[in-house]
Amino acid sequence: MFTSRFIFPRFYVLLALGVVSGQILSRASAAPEGMVAIPAGVYVPLLRGAQDQPETRVDAFLLDVLPVTNREFLAFVTERPKWRRSRVSGLFADESYLENWDTDIEPGKKAPMDSPVVRVSWFAARAYARWSEKRLPTTAEWERTAAVGYTQVDGAADDVMRQELYNWLARPTPAVLPTVNSTRSNSLGVRGLHGLVWEWVDDFNTAMVTGESRADSGLDRNLFCGSGAVGATDATDYPAFVRAALRSSLTAKNTTLSLGFRCARDVE
Amino acid sequence: MKQKSRFFPTLFAALGVVLSTTSMPAAGGASGAKGPVALPQEVLDMPVEQAILTSPPLAPPPIDRDYAARVVVNLEVREEIGRLADGVEYTFWSYGGSVPGSFIRIREGDVVEFNLNNHPSSKVPHNIDLHAVTGSGGGAASTFTAPGHTSRFTFKALNPGLFVYHCATAPVPMHIANGMYGLILVEPKAGLPPVDKEYYVMQGEFYTSGRFGEEGLQTFDMGKSIDEHPSYVLFNGSVGSLVGDNAITAEVGETVRLFFGVGGPNLTSSFHVIGEIFDTVYPEAGLSLPNKNVQTTLVPSGGAVMVEFKVDVPGTFILVDHSLSRAFNKGALGMLKVSGEEDRVIYSGKEIDAVYLGSQSAQGSESAKREAALQQKIEDEIRANPAIADLRKEVLEERGKQVYMNLCFACHQLNGEGLPAVFPPLADSDYMLADRARAVRVVLKGMAGAVTVNGKKYDSIMPPQEAVLSDRQVADVLTYVFNAWGNEGEAFTTDEVKAIRHESN
Repeated sequence: MFTSRFIFPRFYVLLALGVVSGQILSRASAAPEGMVAIPAGVYVPLLRGAQDQPETRVDAFLLDVLPVTNREFLAFVTERPKWRRSRVSGLFADESYLENWDTDIEPGKKAPMDSPVVRVSWFAARAYARWSEKRLPTTAEWERTAAVGYTQVDGAADDVMRQELYNWLARPTPAVLPTVNSTRSNSLGVRGLHGLVWEWVDDFNTAMVTGESRADSGLDRNLFCGSGAVGATDATDYPAFVRAALRSSLTAKNTTLSLGFRCARDVE
Repeated sequence: MKQKSRFFPTLFAALGVVLSTTSMPAAGGASGAKGPVALPQEVLDMPVEQAILTSPPLAPPPIDRDYAARVVVNLEVREEIGRLADGVEYTFWSYGGSVPGSFIRIREGDVVEFNLNNHPSSKVPHNIDLHAVTGSGGGAASTFTAPGHTSRFTFKALNPGLFVYHCATAPVPMHIANGMYGLILVEPKAGLPPVDKEYYVMQGEFYTSGRFGEEGLQTFDMGKSIDEHPSYVLFNGSVGSLVGDNAITAEVGETVRLFFGVGGPNLTSSFHVIGEIFDTVYPEAGLSLPNKNVQTTLVPSGGAVMVEFKVDVPGTFILVDHSLSRAFNKGALGMLKVSGEEDRVIYSGKEIDAVYLGSQSAQGSESAKREAALQQKIEDEIRANPAIADLRKEVLEERGKQVYMNLCFACHQLNGEGLPAVFPPLADSDYMLADRARAVRVVLKGMAGAVTVNGKKYDSIMPPQEAVLSDRQVADVLTYVFNAWGNEGEAFTTDEVKAIRHESN
């Protein structure tokens, strides 16, 4: 009792000194507008092969507070016409690319300005990130951040967050998506990771690469039927399975009505 | 890792520019399309037809061709809110817009071009594992389809049978528990025996956040699913889907065939139709070696059965999972309504309804009272007529003698004189003749310890006979020994024996 009472205040003092001396938290305060500094952490992959590490260290990085909106994406295609719906190369996007927009440069009623942009390919998301001098987060970075709860560091223990996630999974995608501002912040200050749209990650196509040989049979990806649980670190984390399944179902030019993205940036 | 993963898609993107777009997916995700199969000429020469798909409880018509065909199947996956029970909604994931999904009917030897379309509004990818398919994953890997995409693969139906199909995308229990299962029938080349009616029923469980009947839009409950504690066990995807106006029907004299499958994801069904006996059951739907005259058939999760029966009488016949809490509390109920002429010899319906008080009631029923009065009348009649009474006693003695010769004579001897110093005599026995009730008691309950008979002491054991002899037999044997060897006494009645048998000591 006594020791803990004495140690904790000292710890906080050290932290405070850290802020003052610019060692630890100054980066957070220096995070560009709309981004949050995510401290270094650990990512536990859902599926891994025999050679894979049980945990992956994730360095500190910056992440957008919110998913990219139609308004922001409109600014991008306005400046980069080759990413407009009518001009995009078929190599980089399905014919369904931005299909929910009224025209090339008018998102329209089905895509409100403040709602997350969807119907974008991985190539387009990546081009946007480069244009905005950012990059896409990796699976490890995204999952490490999404594992944080609303009120607790461990999201798995955050019943409210888990239940909201299931509720969202149980609802069909609405014809018009809500605005990004409707979402709740997790305890790191990141919003909308769950319950709004799925999000592209930079290395989405490695979702099922687990060190196993990749024969043409998809079963080797350990995702089908009962074999889906083989090699899983937590076979009860159904939402993680759903995300893994979604990522592995996609090719880089695919788009869906519930798949958007947000950007990340390295810490200087 | 970060370096590698960022490099990898870039490299692949570059390759994508150089190579054709169809080669991209090998590294870019799951589609992994190999391109159309080069079908041999004899397959290309087969007639092409579009599969007729039906929603439950209907099945497509029997196949009347006697040759193989190329059959095209188009199945759409949707994620839609629907009715689970009155006031209860659920987001079903389904094949063809129904739970169970569309019924597919093909013929052994057919070559099937299967197209799985995942609706653009879907949140998640889906696929299909058809148990009728011989090949890796039953088609699962070949049909793994992102929202708003379509996949195609081809298979040849090698084995006849009735097969389950289901989604096999992780987490599989969730996809199946949301309604992603159905049946595909591969008719044998010789076809199936003709019947009058065919219906399609499937059982599956739903794991909802709320208890059974809790109103509102329900959410899948992962914890209940892992524990295998469903809130609902249903036929055809909703409470009441086969009840009342939705019941399946037949006419008296018709033969009914049910294609019954279990989607699960977890529970095995004890399928039973109340008031019917399955004339023919094709166990596990192998469509060979049928069983006859079956009451309840076990259908595993991910399995099916085909049952046939002639309906002989009108009425409502209830389909249940005979694990009855599921029928009574979780919704696993359906109805088959049969109309037509009654046959009261096969089934009379209720003939009599009267008050029954049971034998323990103080007065007994009217009928028992009447019987007792008649019995008394007989007794009085016999007593009043010595000739009949004597005759009756002789009958009892003869019966009693048979009992004696089986059980008693070994000790008490044929002449009733017993064995000196060991077994006491019955002939002219002062001890026995002095107390009729005691005699009954000794026969029923046995006797141990010293006793003086005709002035001589005996100390031996008489075993109890109450477990061996009925009241009638005890009365008979006592009537015999009380009237044999010069003894004289009245006949014993079963009432005398009964009273002592039930006396509490």
